[in-house]
Amino acid sequence: MPRLEDKVVLISGGASGIGAATARLVVREGGKAVLADRDEAKGRALAAELGAAAHFVPLDVTQEADWQAAVEATVATFGGLHGLLNAAGVGVRSSIEDCSLEEYRRVNDINSLGTFLGCKSAIGAMKAPVGGSVGGGSIVNISSVLGLRGAAHAMAYSASKGAVRTLTKNVALHCAQMKYNIRCNSVHPGYIDTPMIAPRLEQNAGNMSGRQALEELHPLGRLGRADEVANMILFLLSDESTFSTGSEFVCDGGLTA
Amino acid sequence: MSGELSGRVAIVTGGASGIGAASAVLLAAAGATVIVADLQEGPNAKRDGPGRFVAHDVTSEESWKTLLADVLKRDGRLDIMVNNAGISGGSGTIETTTVETWQKVQAVDSEGVFLGCKYAIEGMKKTGPGKPAVKGSIVNISSIAGLIGSAGPTAYTAAKGAVRLLSKSVALHCAEQKYDIRCNSVHPGGVDTAIFNPLWQMVGHAQGKAFIGARHPIGRMSEASELGEVILFLASDRSSFMTGAEIVADGGITSGLMRRSLLAPP
Repeated sequence: MPRLEDKVVLISGGASGIGAATARLVVREGGKAVLADRDEAKGRALAAELGAAAHFVPLDVTQEADWQAAVEATVATFGGLHGLLNAAGVGVRSSIEDCSLEEYRRVNDINSLGTFLGCKSAIGAMKAPVGGSVGGGSIVNISSVLGLRGAAHAMAYSASKGAVRTLTKNVALHCAQMKYNIRCNSVHPGYIDTPMIAPRLEQNAGNMSGRQALEELHPLGRLGRADEVANMILFLLSDESTFSTGSEFVCDGGLTA
Repeated sequence: MSGELSGRVAIVTGGASGIGAASAVLLAAAGATVIVADLQEGPNAKRDGPGRFVAHDVTSEESWKTLLADVLKRDGRLDIMVNNAGISGGSGTIETTTVETWQKVQAVDSEGVFLGCKYAIEGMKKTGPGKPAVKGSIVNISSIAGLIGSAGPTAYTAAKGAVRLLSKSVALHCAEQKYDIRCNSVHPGGVDTAIFNPLWQMVGHAQGKAFIGARHPIGRMSEASELGEVILFLASDRSSFMTGAEIVADGGITSGLMRRSLLAPP
């Protein structure tokens, strides 16, 4: 039996990287995927490739109206909302001394405010019973190993992912207290070979290539693949994880071990 | 007056009341020159030793530039930065918190600490000629809401999580640059300060304090002075090998299991 049969999943950042890999898995496992992204061309192309079980909506995660429209489009297209993946994010390289207030705010707006708005918008649709079924759902927020550890050259990014980490717990406990049957967990990937880290791979570090320098951080000796993180997300979106909420799921090749 | 912190200069944001005022008193008693930076001068700003009040808005970069220039001009150095100013932003949940409230809370609790660290480092690097080198210490007040999900409103919880991780990145940057500046986060539980005023107004101070106190394994809320002692320890050389650390002073809340029934409002 497919693991996400008839489950409708809204995915921010669904056009590339971890979001796109998850969209593929959702469809493969019998679910419906709504790809929400700022990159319309890429998002529409992937939705077309995945066929009738996928749909694209434009989304700027920092805009509440965009989120409301995305949730409405999801329910209108597929009849409900059971899963939300907050995968949209931006990475920047700057230390406490290099980072301007504008940059700090931009990173936190996309990564942290964007996740807040995703959770807030989805809960309304998830808690409503659809077609005789009880309401409920699963929210998965992509934090990072840098939501668990600091990094001198990723100060703003790390702060924003720390916010996602505790926000997730707050959302999980609120939904539990309200008996919404909605779970919320954070995923903490290591360095995953996606477009987000492509600039890092170009930058040599001493006598190592950018790739080698990042690989060296992981005891497994390599970067992660988007599909490896997507498999963890699939577990959290599915009914296989129904007793997990407010927790941190680490997928980092041993980096934080 | 001579003391452990004699000759050192400290800035305490939100220093006019609560944890900030308590730490300002203790830093001054240890001999530091304490700059109490706050929106308004509080009633309990009386301190022994040198120091002064400076009107300051932590969300304004201009205000930080002015404050730092004033301190470097008058005191010639900066050794200790206590980023304590914070707001709870009400009691909003994930469903009721507005974008406006979210941004207001982030501006004070997260951006304010970011700017505080940034300008503290700049100031600590600019000690006047002929003066002893700075052994800098930045103390950021996070919360147990930066550790667990049930200890605060949604926007506050996220902002305190940001402060927790921000502190580590600042610590690592300073270590990498060999600045001799440490940075740690403090995670208080319930402290009897004005941040609980809405609750005090609802149920009265004594009853509210007993209600929050009962949620702590130790059976009571903490007094601001108890957090002041933690901050003094982190500000002084007694904690010289501590950086990037999370110091919890929460009466045991995050140590064990919590009964869910205790989360219901009074």
